[in-house]
Amino acid sequence: MWTVVLATSSLCFAIKLLGHSIPERWLANARLQRINALVPISLLSALVVAQGLVLKTHVVVDHRLAGLAAALAALFARAPFPAVVIVAALTSAVVYHLH
Amino acid sequence: MAPPPRTTVRDALSVSLTVGAYGVAFGAASVAAGFSVLQSCLFSLLTFTGASQFAAVGVVGSGGAAFSAVAAATMLGSRNALYGIQMAPLLRVRGLRRLGAAQITIDESTGVALSQAPRGTDAMRAGFWLTGAGVYLFWNIFTLLGALGARALGDPASWGLDAAVPAAFLGLLWPRLETTFLRVVAALSMAFALLVTPWLPAGLPIVATALVAFVVGWRPR
Repeated sequence: MWTVVLATSSLCFAIKLLGHSIPERWLANARLQRINALVPISLLSALVVAQGLVLKTHVVVDHRLAGLAAALAALFARAPFPAVVIVAALTSAVVYHLH
Repeated sequence: MAPPPRTTVRDALSVSLTVGAYGVAFGAASVAAGFSVLQSCLFSLLTFTGASQFAAVGVVGSGGAAFSAVAAATMLGSRNALYGIQMAPLLRVRGLRRLGAAQITIDESTGVALSQAPRGTDAMRAGFWLTGAGVYLFWNIFTLLGALGARALGDPASWGLDAAVPAAFLGLLWPRLETTFLRVVAALSMAFALLVTPWLPAGLPIVATALVAFVVGWRPR
């Protein structure tokens, strides 16, 4: 646990500092820009399914998927971020207790 | 330096409060994943970049190895380097102030700074510092509240906390899906992550999915 806290913190700070230390012309690299714009989208997508549809190394469908579906509905309804999270939690909790 | 325009202060404050409030979700998710209240607060004080923090505790919470947690968080944080490249020539600071500026270089401080461009360089600088410091303050206060709250609640599934984490990721992803191309990349990434899940140790599929971004982004469209 402590390893994760400290390693994540130091690496994330090192990345921020690196950005402040390298010359602006590096931004001109088109490939770097394209990949950098896509990395958060790929990782966040993977995190959605890994947290919502996976237990250990198995793909499973359970109460969390109901929560995710509710979150999706809230996002389509343009709900603000906190509301999205709360709607998902409530829906998932209700389904969890029904089973 | 003249005081910053009132609109800049207002933008910075409203972003700080709304974004800072998400800290509740992080504090709760972190404790639900098995981190202590102290560790959760240190994440927000030291790591201070929301998506990476959620990723680290998410991977650990689903039984992933420390390496996968740190790797996923670090790759998600890599965009902050590009923000830094843009902010450094604007801020022109040295020494301790430079370290401080680096720590508060995140989506929101960079976003508000860039949005102040029509009001001039001073407003951009003010937007960066005010938003960065404001989010830092509120994010940490709300992390503590969320962590304490989750500890009091007990079983995470009973309160839906296990669904709140993927919902939070979906909420972070949603505003980025501006074009059909980006939505296709997101769908491909989800499919890829599910496909490799049975074959890799827990947590690693998330890291492996960065491959999709590399492959798709390698050549111009």
